[in-house]
Amino acid sequence: MLEFRKDLFADERDDNLNVIGKGEQRQDMLGHVTGRTRFFDDHGFDGLLHLKVVRSPHHHARIRSIDVTAAERAPGVKRVIRGQDVPLNKNTLLSLIDFGKDDEPTLAVDKVRYKGEPIVAIIADSEAEALAAVKLVRVSYDPLPTVFDVQEALKPGAVVVNETYPGNYFEYHDKYDHQKLRFGDVEAAFRTADHVLEERYQMSPIEHASTETNGTIAAPETNNRYVVHSCAQGLFFSLGTTAKILALESNRLHFIGGTVGGGFGGKVDSLTEPLAVLGAILTGRPVRYVLGREEEMQFASPRGAERHVIKDGVMRDGRIVARQITSYFDAGAYTRLTSYGVVKCVAHMPGPYTIPNVRGDAYCVFTNRVPATAMRGFGVTGVDFSIEVQMDKLAHLVGIDPMEFRILNAYRDGDMKAHRRVAHNTALIECVQVVAEKVNWPLSETARRASSLSGGGGPRAAIPPTVTDESGRIGRPETRQAPPQLTPGAAPLPAHQPRPAVPVYQPPPAHQPAAALPNYPAQPADAAPLPAPAPPVPNAPAPPQHGAARFSSVFTRRR
Amino acid sequence: MARMPVQFRLNGSDRAVFVEPAETLLGTIRRGLGDFAPKFGCGQGTCGVCTVLVDGEPRLGCLTLSVTCEGRSIETASGLADGPTLHPLQAAFMEHFAAQCGFCTPGMLMAAKALLDRNPNPTRVEVVEAIAGNVCRCTGYEPIINAILAAAQQRGARRA
Repeated sequence: MLEFRKDLFADERDDNLNVIGKGEQRQDMLGHVTGRTRFFDDHGFDGLLHLKVVRSPHHHARIRSIDVTAAERAPGVKRVIRGQDVPLNKNTLLSLIDFGKDDEPTLAVDKVRYKGEPIVAIIADSEAEALAAVKLVRVSYDPLPTVFDVQEALKPGAVVVNETYPGNYFEYHDKYDHQKLRFGDVEAAFRTADHVLEERYQMSPIEHASTETNGTIAAPETNNRYVVHSCAQGLFFSLGTTAKILALESNRLHFIGGTVGGGFGGKVDSLTEPLAVLGAILTGRPVRYVLGREEEMQFASPRGAERHVIKDGVMRDGRIVARQITSYFDAGAYTRLTSYGVVKCVAHMPGPYTIPNVRGDAYCVFTNRVPATAMRGFGVTGVDFSIEVQMDKLAHLVGIDPMEFRILNAYRDGDMKAHRRVAHNTALIECVQVVAEKVNWPLSETARRASSLSGGGGPRAAIPPTVTDESGRIGRPETRQAPPQLTPGAAPLPAHQPRPAVPVYQPPPAHQPAAALPNYPAQPADAAPLPAPAPPVPNAPAPPQHGAARFSSVFTRRR
Repeated sequence: MARMPVQFRLNGSDRAVFVEPAETLLGTIRRGLGDFAPKFGCGQGTCGVCTVLVDGEPRLGCLTLSVTCEGRSIETASGLADGPTLHPLQAAFMEHFAAQCGFCTPGMLMAAKALLDRNPNPTRVEVVEAIAGNVCRCTGYEPIINAILAAAQQRGARRA
């Protein structure tokens, strides 16, 4: 039986919700057990055609020529699609919310940037005929040097993976090379800390491996519209993406979905929808494009690799006085959703702890690996794992029980977070106490008496003096001008050149030990103090929150 | 190659269909006969979402050639319910939240039916063994095992 501990949360609404804690039958369950639930592939069409793609065998190569003559003449082949046939052969998923530059072709034209990148699509009467014709396409390549390590990719002179981002890093708001968090002065705190511990954590890419592979069936409907049976996790996100790539009005696309045979983040990229619809437009017949299991495992986007370097300063009594985190996210060859994952990562620094000096740097890096995407808490999972392992190591270092160590450093109501927002409704202490109780983990009297509701605020609500740069800003100045945008189908790319040297991050000069504290100006939390929130109205429904409004702080362009 | 005629019984109805010599039973059932309950997951016999019963025995539809099914009786999840009355396994799967995305469910149900048909009173270990070839990536194995055990118990109670 689910236990709903409302007492642990200060701002919990006080009316009794009547669904949580009791069993409710899911509306889709009857369809699942009777085999009537229709997934995208469970639709019959007369004259169904099958689409398969030619994929790059190279991690990085210039395409010298593509010869499809033999494939076009192969038995059963109805149509061959190339990059030139795609109306807008360059897209980035989050462009629908104006975040990032178009950087990924639907079908590669002049260059491939990861092994498995699609180059040519074949549509045939049967899957077997499409697969046979795929083998007849002759592509000649000039292999290029590759880069697979995030830190190697950021070094000056590294090969350029994706010409849209010549520095091999995603450019936030067209000018920043990474996401940054500054709070207090970690360097000064490291010098006064009793112990300093620096550790490196990393995580490999992970494939979602849903039992249903990615796929789409698209078919001509009446009135010049197309019906699209899609596996997409975000059906209308996929509709918008397809409409953009195919330069169609979105009302010509009739997307049907909502039944996803396992997604876990692996079905948000619209890997198959645009080509299937384009195939239906070009052939006038229903077209089915489904990834095989091998394609799904090797070339459909995984959770990306991450590397986190955490350096902490801790006192003998267990207080963490400084935390510095440098994070590298491997986006693979194209942005897809990694840029957003990095934003989430920085929002989770330095973990749910009150630490007076924090420095965070997180990079979205391009390499010649398969493009990464969303997967269950992406952006957060890796950094939280790293922080919590680090917490155990710190507890061991100072000889304090790891549960008590967390309670000691946990944020409390009224504390100032490194993001310059006051912590409200915190409950880490209570969560640790409940867990300790459930597993019979002995806690000291002090730890058992600790509460998120007391002991916070006061000096813990202060914003410390923070290192600023020459322009008086917390951040460093703009790193570079945005490069000229490459337009699809424009002049061929110049021969491979090492990427231009970009300014390398210079750490602030080491502080000389000084008798007196350096004279940093204190900084306000915001230009104007936030108005106090209105007191909650008892029993009033929560005001509706629009998704775009909730994410506006992330996605609004700041220039 | 010439297509070949095949006749078999599908969920109690006699069906005749022309198939390619290399066509799989899964392909014939889905695209040839329009029963989309069994799914395609891997095509390599590793995930079990294509599980159907051939003469009562669980078989992987993606690795069974249609031409080998001449004269046999095939069962899929579509034929489990008796009209509006659910099979005890279906009712137990609903009751025990034994499906999340639902993609492995038709195969899982057929593997469970094969078990209960030959062993009405299985132990937990026997249930685990019976569905060992069926992958659920939403990782709902515990509710599935509980549902199968509950269905067995319920069928036992009805017989008593």
